[in-house]
Amino acid sequence: MSITQRDIAPSETSGDSTLRDASRSPAQVRETGAAAVQLTEVSKAYGKGRSSLLALDKVSLTVAKGQFVCLIGASGCGKSTMLSLVAGLDTPTSGLVSTGGKRVTLMFQEPALFPWLTAARNVELALRARGVAKQERRIRAAELLEAVHLHGFGDKRPHELSGGMRQRVAMARALAQDADVLLMDEPFGALDAMTRDLLHEELERICRERALTVLFVTHNVREAARLGDRVVVLSSRPGRVIEEIAIDIERPRRIDSAEIAEVGAHLTDLLRKEMASHGR
Amino acid sequence: MAADTTDTALAGLDNLELGPKPGRDYWRGTGGKALGSIWPKLLAIVIVLALWQLVYLSGYKSPIIFPSPFTTLPNLWSQLQHGLLWQAIETTLRRAAIGFGLALVIGSLVGALVSRIKPLRAAVGSMITGLQTMPSIAWFPFAIIFFGETTQAILFVIVLGAAPSIANGLIAGVDYTPPLLLRAGKTMGLHGFALYRHLILPASLPTFVAGLKQGWAFAWRSLMAGELLVLIAGQASIGVLLSNDQDQLDMASAISIMIVILIIGICVDALFGQADRTIRRRRGLADATVGT
Repeated sequence: MSITQRDIAPSETSGDSTLRDASRSPAQVRETGAAAVQLTEVSKAYGKGRSSLLALDKVSLTVAKGQFVCLIGASGCGKSTMLSLVAGLDTPTSGLVSTGGKRVTLMFQEPALFPWLTAARNVELALRARGVAKQERRIRAAELLEAVHLHGFGDKRPHELSGGMRQRVAMARALAQDADVLLMDEPFGALDAMTRDLLHEELERICRERALTVLFVTHNVREAARLGDRVVVLSSRPGRVIEEIAIDIERPRRIDSAEIAEVGAHLTDLLRKEMASHGR
Repeated sequence: MAADTTDTALAGLDNLELGPKPGRDYWRGTGGKALGSIWPKLLAIVIVLALWQLVYLSGYKSPIIFPSPFTTLPNLWSQLQHGLLWQAIETTLRRAAIGFGLALVIGSLVGALVSRIKPLRAAVGSMITGLQTMPSIAWFPFAIIFFGETTQAILFVIVLGAAPSIANGLIAGVDYTPPLLLRAGKTMGLHGFALYRHLILPASLPTFVAGLKQGWAFAWRSLMAGELLVLIAGQASIGVLLSNDQDQLDMASAISIMIVILIIGICVDALFGQADRTIRRRRGLADATVGT
């Protein structure tokens, strides 16, 4: 399967089709050199010999600069493995992972804040790791907390904040790494629906303001449809790309809109079919 | 606009989730809690004294062998008025500080090396635990033959008693650094020494402090054993005073000294306990409402 790069602009939505299978869509395809993340025939196996487990099988994926791509799949589809590979925390067994020298950062389901540091210090540490001078760290950390609407909470420790606030501190910390590519591993999975909904809006705004490229892993089909410019559906054990869908629904989107529900239902069907293939 | 409503909704949600801010009641609460935690301790002391007096009144042993608290406590009070006891306390505490300080340095170094270098861990990891279980008093014949009846002999045994606990505390702390935090640290570009300084060491601090606390208990026991066994001429120490009391059959004085030993041990332990609680509270590991 070959995946072509495309830029999908919401304004280009043509006709009544809000949902399009990317591999069959003829329009709006433009080859560009501005790939932020490129995976070419990437395979990853864990263990050796007979007991080895193939997590990813020849996955090819291109994420254009500034694009928001959601990865979705049932358990064992190697979504998290993919993020680790792109983040450089792990190396592929075969194939190529390229981020074109761009700075990449990773966010997890848990905020993974350092509990002995205040919110501001957590953000400052990320700046420090990049070699930002002390004076500037203070100012930048305050700005970043402001960017995630946590002005005035800088001196709170993580346990004094709510789950949603912690995840926003984690977001500020990720932004502090000044990355071009943000990898998110089910970042809102542990939050309640209300908080998640608001954080979707926050994330959307931040990505727009900073022209971030995002690779977002989720189990939640509606979340994928709500956020993504594109949704990539992976098979399970081993993980392969089984379908790519461009989401042309105009932003701002609402997770409870009929269009999102329609895409969600389609994704659910795909995932059900995939799961059923493992049940026989 | 849309962005504006997001902000307001988010701020509202934050306020709702954080709940009302603690006001002055909070302080009054802690004050009351401090008082509340003192009276059971006072009551316990009163009960012990009462039982002591009862045994004394039963006439089970002669008053010379088992004096009443009303003989012993005045004895303690009068000893506290004299320089000798304070001099002894000073000598003993100085040894404790030097011994524990050495154990801290050596234990931390060994712990850091063992936690970092795999072959070293395989070689000496279990030996450290072995040392920890060895009663420190068993080292004294060796120490006295090796160093003679000197302060070094006592310090040697203190270090052997305390350093393994300190090293083990650090090793356990490093081992239990949450893998997720390690991943987060690596993602943000921390590695090598910076990873240690900003992540692994602070993450292992609570376990390390628990190791220090245990190390102190071992150090204090070793020191007392040492002062009773290694008699250094011309230096009044708590152990020497206790030993003299034994020789002179002065039970009231002996019990007085024992009370001093107990109180010093409790006070230092309380310091470590306080440090431990502060660290845990700051990290949200302990419920602040649970007093001690």
